[in-house]
Amino acid sequence: MNFTDPALLNSYSLYALYSAMAVYAIAFIAFAIDLARRSSAVGAIETADLSEADAAYSAGTAGSADGSTLTLKRPVLSRISAHMDNDAALPYGRSSSLRVGVALAVLAWALHLAAAIMRGFAADRVPWANMYEFAMTGTLLIMTVFLIVLTRADLRFLGTFVTGLVLVLLGVAALQFYVEVAPLPPALQSAWLVIHVFVASLATGMFALGFALSTVQLLQFRRESSVSEASAPLAPRSTVRAARRLRFLATLPSSATLENLAYRISIIGFILWTFTLMAGSIWAEQAWGRYWGWDTKEVWTFIIWVIYAGYIHARATRGWRGSRSAWLAIIGFSAVMFNFGIVNVFFKGLHAYSGL
Amino acid sequence: MQPKLGLKGWLRWFWRQLTSMRTALFLLLMLAIAAIPGSLVPQRSSDPNGVSQYFADNPDLAPVLDKVQAFDVYTSAWFSAIYLLLFISLIGCVIPRTRHHFQALRAKPPTTPARLARLSGFTQRDAPAQTDAGAAITHARTLLKSSGYRVARFDSAGESSVSAERGYLRETGNLIFHGALVGILITVGFGGGYGFSGQRVLVEGQTFVNTLLAYDSFNPGRFFDDTTLDPYTLSLDDFSVAYEQQNLQAYGQPIDFTADVTVTPKGGAADPGVVKVNGPLRTNGTNIYLLGNGYAPTITVTAPDGTVVFSDSVPFLPQDANLTSLGIVKVPDGLAEQLGMIGFFYPTQDKAATGANFSSFPDLEYPMVTFNVYTGDLGLDAGVPTSVYALDTDTLTQKTGGKTGVESIELKPGESAELPGDLGTVSFVDNAPAASAVGDFAQSVPRFASFDIHYDPTQIWLISFSMLVLFGLFTGLLVPRRRMWVKATTRSDGTVHLDYAGLARGDDPGLDAAVTAMADRHLKLLKTHQPVVATPEST
Ligand code: HEM
Repeated sequence: MNFTDPALLNSYSLYALYSAMAVYAIAFIAFAIDLARRSSAVGAIETADLSEADAAYSAGTAGSADGSTLTLKRPVLSRISAHMDNDAALPYGRSSSLRVGVALAVLAWALHLAAAIMRGFAADRVPWANMYEFAMTGTLLIMTVFLIVLTRADLRFLGTFVTGLVLVLLGVAALQFYVEVAPLPPALQSAWLVIHVFVASLATGMFALGFALSTVQLLQFRRESSVSEASAPLAPRSTVRAARRLRFLATLPSSATLENLAYRISIIGFILWTFTLMAGSIWAEQAWGRYWGWDTKEVWTFIIWVIYAGYIHARATRGWRGSRSAWLAIIGFSAVMFNFGIVNVFFKGLHAYSGL
Repeated sequence: MQPKLGLKGWLRWFWRQLTSMRTALFLLLMLAIAAIPGSLVPQRSSDPNGVSQYFADNPDLAPVLDKVQAFDVYTSAWFSAIYLLLFISLIGCVIPRTRHHFQALRAKPPTTPARLARLSGFTQRDAPAQTDAGAAITHARTLLKSSGYRVARFDSAGESSVSAERGYLRETGNLIFHGALVGILITVGFGGGYGFSGQRVLVEGQTFVNTLLAYDSFNPGRFFDDTTLDPYTLSLDDFSVAYEQQNLQAYGQPIDFTADVTVTPKGGAADPGVVKVNGPLRTNGTNIYLLGNGYAPTITVTAPDGTVVFSDSVPFLPQDANLTSLGIVKVPDGLAEQLGMIGFFYPTQDKAATGANFSSFPDLEYPMVTFNVYTGDLGLDAGVPTSVYALDTDTLTQKTGGKTGVESIELKPGESAELPGDLGTVSFVDNAPAASAVGDFAQSVPRFASFDIHYDPTQIWLISFSMLVLFGLFTGLLVPRRRMWVKATTRSDGTVHLDYAGLARGDDPGLDAAVTAMADRHLKLLKTHQPVVATPEST
C-alpha cells in the first residue's frame, strides 16, 4: 500500500468502511437471531407456566428446560454493575449466535477503525472535520463505548440496537454526506476541534447506550406489569397474551436494573456533554470573538444539556423515577440525533462544517 | 374546616412549591422547550440580516412573531421569566441544603443498627482465634478512617461496633455545582456591562489608534467608560493568505489567513504580533480577533485638470468563495458633479458564456475591477449617517453599465479610463513592486483585514465558575456516599464473630464490593496482628 498518496489512501478507507458496514450487517442479523432464540427459549419454559417459572427462578431452583442454551446459573456482572446480578426473570446463557454477533461486531469495529485512521492520514489531520467524517468517527466511538462497556457488563442484548444504529448512520453518511478529502479551513484549525468534537462523539456514544437501555427498560416495565397482572387469578386472556409478546424480555435484567444501568451510563454522557459545551464556548471565543451567541448549534447543545439535567433531576423527584425519567433519556437522545442530522444540514448557522 | 392560610401562609406555601424538586424539574423542561423557537426563527442577536429577510418573506407572520419576541427569544420576557424562576428556585433549594450539609458535616455517624443482616453487602466472618472484640473494632475503626470514613464507636457488653460514613463530598459537589451555575448566570448577566466590543477594518499599511472615534463600530457595555480606552496603536503590516492548489477536490479553499501586526502601547516600544482565525492576539487588556478579510484595490480619481480628487485603497466586501467583491467609491467634491461608483473586483477574472464576469480563484491571478458610474446627489450633505459600503442610487443617474447602453468601466492594475461626460479619469493603481515580472499580479492589490477588538474583564470569572461546575459534577455524580458498619460480638466460647454491612445513600454501584473488600482487609489486618498475641508458645 502506498501510504503517501492521499487519494489512494482515501479509497482504501472507503473499502474498509464498506466492508465494516457489511460485517456490521451480518452482526446485526446474528444479534437479531439471538433475540428470536431468546423468545423461543422463553416459550419453551412458558409452555410449562410463565408465572411458575418466574416464581421458581426467584427461589433459585428453576430446572433447565434446555440445558444447552439456558444456563440457570446467575451470571454475575462485573464492575459497572457490581451489585446488579443479572436479575432476569429467566436468565439466559451464551448462545452461539450471540457469540458470533459479538465476534463480528469486533471485526467490523476493527475495519471501521482502519477506515477512520486511513481517512485521517489521507487528510493529514483528525478524521472529524465534516459531516461524513464526523459520522464515521462518531459511530466508531459509539461502537467503542459499547464494546468497552461489554467488558464490564453483559449488555450484549443491545447488540441489535447498536449495530443497527451504527449501520443506519454509516449508510446515511456514506450515501448522503460523502465529501472528498479537503484541507481544514482556517476556522477549524484549532486544537479544540480535536478535543471538542471528540468528547462530543464520546458523549453521544454514552447517550446512545442510555437511550437503548431506557427503551428496553420501558418495554421490560410493561412486561413486568402485564406478567403480574396476568398471574393474578382470573386475568383476562388479552393480558396473558400481552405478557407473552416480546418474550425475549424475560431473559433481560429487570426494569429497575436497566434503569440503574441507563442512569449510570447517561450521567457519564452528561459530564462529557457539559465538557463539550464548555470546550465549545472556549473555541467560539477564539474563533468568533464571543463564547456564546445562541447560534443554532449552540441552542441545541444547550437544549440537550438541559434535557439531561432534567433527566437527572427526574430520577431524584418523587413520581418521576422509573418510566417517566426513561422517557426523558429517550427524548434527550432524540435531540442529540436531531442536532446531528437535521440541525447540521438544514439549519443556518455558524457551525457550517457539514462540507455539503 | 380547613384552617385559613393567611398571607404569610400563602407565601410560605408558594415558596415551598417553587423550591420543590417537582417545580425545578418542570422549569428545566420548560427552559428546554422555550429555547427551541430561537433555532427555528432567525434571531436579531446572531442573524439580523436573516430577520430582515424573514420580514420580507413573511410580511403577515413576521409582525405577529415579533410581538411575542420570537426574534429575540433569549432576551424575551418569557424566556427570562423561566430562567429567573428556575434560578430563584435553585437558590431557595440550595441554601437550606447547604445549612443541612454543614450540620451533617459536624454530626456523628448514627448508631449501629441492631440487625445488620438486612443491609447491603452483609458479610460475616470469624475473627482469628484469641482476637479481642474491642481490639478488632479498634482496627476496623483505623481502617475505615484511613479510607476516608468519618467514624463513631459504640461499645456495650460483649459487643463493639463502629459506624462509619463517607462521601460527604458528593453533597458538597452537588452544592458547588448549583452554586457555580448561579455564578455563571450572574457573570453573564452583568459581566457584559463592563466591557466593550468594537470593529475596525484595516488595509495593509494602515494604523489604528484604540480610541472611540477610530472604530468603524463600537458597542460599549452599560457600565463601560470610554475614557478608560487605552490608546495603543495597531498597524496591519502584512496580510498573507494561502489557498489550496494541489488538491483539485478542494481547489481554491482557504487554508491560511495570517495578519502580521505591530502593537505599540502608548509611550512604549513597538511589539510585533500575529492575529489568525482561531488565534486572537491578547494585548493591552484587549483581545483582537481576525473575523474577515478581502481586497482593497487602490483607486484614484483625477479631475480633467489633473488634480487628484480621490485616492484610497477601498475595502471591497467579498461576495462569494472566490472573492468576487463589491465596493463603493464616493467622490463628493472636486468634480463637476458628485460621483458615485459601484465596483466589482475579481481577483481572477473570467467570463461566463453569457458574457458576465466572475472570479474563478480567490487569489490574485488575473485581477480586474469593473465600475458602474453614477452622478448626482450622493446624499452626504443631509447630515444623515450613510454607510461607506452602500450607495443610495435613488437620487443618482446611472452613466455606465446596466441599461445605459454604455459599457461598464473595466480596469486591470495600472490601467486608467475616462469617466463618461468628461468628468475626469479613474485609475486602478498597481501596488506591485517595480521588480515584479510582467503578468505577476500577486502583490498588485492590497488586502484588508477586519478586526474585532473586545474587552471582557469577566472571562476569568466564567472560566473559574465553569471549572467549579465540572468539579461539582464529577464529585456530585460519581463520589459514592455510603455508610458502613463493622460489629464484633463475643460468643459464649470466647471466639469473636464479625458482621459487616453497608448502606447506599444515593446511586452507589460499588457498595457490595466495598463491604466485601473492607471485610477482607480487616481480617488480614487482624491476622497480621494476631501471631504476636496468639502464638507465644511457638517462640
Ligand atoms: C439551572 C437549573 C438547574 C440545573 C441545570 C441543575 C442540574 C443538576 C445536575 C446536573 C445535577 C446532578 C449533578 C450533581 O449532583 O452534582 C443536579 C442534582 C440535583 N439538583 Fe439540580 N439543577 C438545577 C436546579 C435545581 C433546583 C432549582 C433544585 C431544587 C429544587 C435542584 C436540586 C437538585 C438536587 C436535590 C439534586 C441531587 C439529585 C440527586 O441526588 O440525584 N436543582 N442538578
